[in-house]
Amino acid sequence: MSRDGRQELYKQVIISHNKKPFNFKKIDNATHEAEGYNPLCGDHLHVYLIIDPQDIIQDLSFEGDGCAISKASASMMTKTLKGKTVAEAKEYFGQFHRLIIGELNPDNEEHILGKLSVFSGIWHFPSRVKCASLAWHTMKGALDKQTSISTE
Amino acid sequence: MDKLNINIKKIRSDFPVLREKVHGLPLVYLDNAATTLRPQVVVDALAGYYLRYSANIHRGVHALSEKATAEYEKSRRTVKDFIHASSTAEIIFTRGTTESINLVAQSFCRPSFKPDDEIVVTAMEHHSNIVPWQILCEQVGCRLKVIPMNDKGELILERVDSFLTERTQLLSIVYLSNSLGTINPVQDVIDKAHQKNIPVFVDAAQAMSHCPIDVQTLDCDFLAFSGHKIFGPSGIGVLYGKEKWLEQMPPYQGGGDMISSVTFEKTIYNTLPYKFEAGTPHIAGVIGLGAALEYVQSVGLDLIMNYEKDLLDYGTKALLSVPDLKLIGTASNKASVLSFILPPIHPHDIGTLIDEEGVAIRTGHHCTQPVMKFFKIPATSRASVAVYNTKEEIDLLVQALFKAKKIFD
Repeated sequence: MSRDGRQELYKQVIISHNKKPFNFKKIDNATHEAEGYNPLCGDHLHVYLIIDPQDIIQDLSFEGDGCAISKASASMMTKTLKGKTVAEAKEYFGQFHRLIIGELNPDNEEHILGKLSVFSGIWHFPSRVKCASLAWHTMKGALDKQTSISTE
Repeated sequence: MDKLNINIKKIRSDFPVLREKVHGLPLVYLDNAATTLRPQVVVDALAGYYLRYSANIHRGVHALSEKATAEYEKSRRTVKDFIHASSTAEIIFTRGTTESINLVAQSFCRPSFKPDDEIVVTAMEHHSNIVPWQILCEQVGCRLKVIPMNDKGELILERVDSFLTERTQLLSIVYLSNSLGTINPVQDVIDKAHQKNIPVFVDAAQAMSHCPIDVQTLDCDFLAFSGHKIFGPSGIGVLYGKEKWLEQMPPYQGGGDMISSVTFEKTIYNTLPYKFEAGTPHIAGVIGLGAALEYVQSVGLDLIMNYEKDLLDYGTKALLSVPDLKLIGTASNKASVLSFILPPIHPHDIGTLIDEEGVAIRTGHHCTQPVMKFFKIPATSRASVAVYNTKEEIDLLVQALFKAKKIFD
């Protein structure tokens, strides 16, 4: 990994989402929620969702403690998924997962990830992939009605 | 070589990894509390065994086996001398500190401990000096008690006595905290415990490469350390135990080499220390560990200690020059470890960003989650020095931290 590549991990968009994360709050009347835990670093995230009877995500949010990567990832996830259907959320999950493990190259393949593709370089940092995926795994766990998710 | 100072140039040249580049920059290795680098002599000792006499030990009558056995047992004498044990019967080779602790929990404690008996540890223990005792507690119904520390990360010595009751069967204490750098008043604690006839286990994993240790002066009952934290191979470690305890303990594992005779009706166990070394051991590891200890002796632990003290004082001042940086662990008696937080930057982001500058530190909970909980933080960044580190490297760490701060501004 080149030095330039390394600096690429902390792109401005990640720094600003970390500083001022979107939807960083608790939702009291959540229909779905889960706690995500990364035992490697001790990071915790709680994801809340309100899903209406038509399976549309009316609202979602997160709370917790984590590094810039995990916070920015959670913030961007909540921004992206608001108003999407559960099926769409799962499609985003699948594509995002492939993106961060380096299977999906956003420059060569059609995708729906939009700004989320900022995380495309993270597979160069194997120890940080879990930081980016924690919120997503937690969200998926909440959809699947699991209450506690561990990235291990 | 100057008699009062170490020859840092020579020492650095002894460690081949220090010549490596990271992201095109010279490596600044400040993760010594996780594992130390290895000098050429250790690599040569390992290779020497595999290249010239890689035979099994203790049973062969041929020349290579005799040579392997001789080198293996020579390392045991080196360990004995290094920690000033009275006999090689008290030196047992294990996979590391963790296995040594488990061995004592299962062979010393488990056969005799009763429900409501108590094991006492301190608030700054590594998970490896917590979990084996918790497993034991589940097995026999005994309890784990924890002597508290203060906000500087120092053991509250006045509280020790109140934890040592007629129910206390063992006290286990870390010599040098891996996440805080605190050097515990181990001698005082052992004296207090022995006044009440309570045996003491000392976890010296972190301490070995920084503090001279004499088990007979300490009078500890058990002491454990790992090869990889004192410039030796990983996967090899030592359990020291007083002969009187080791004699009465049943074997930890059964197998080859730990027996005198075996029939299907009855097995007679081997004498010490072999009773606790079942199976073919990590022969190269033992030989490499011997080479590592000899290396440390050749430099001199007293000189190492003085040199590192200067480095730690310099590092403490240098880190505190970084705005918003807070040291975690400010005991008056410290070695090697500079744990810190730099809000609002998460330690993992610091770790990644300064790696970019070639600086290797550890970030996380350092296998001491109760310590993190005590300080109400999820993680710290930890720089830890060894004898080959320099003030210039500390400066590079500080520069890298300023750079990281700029990115997050």
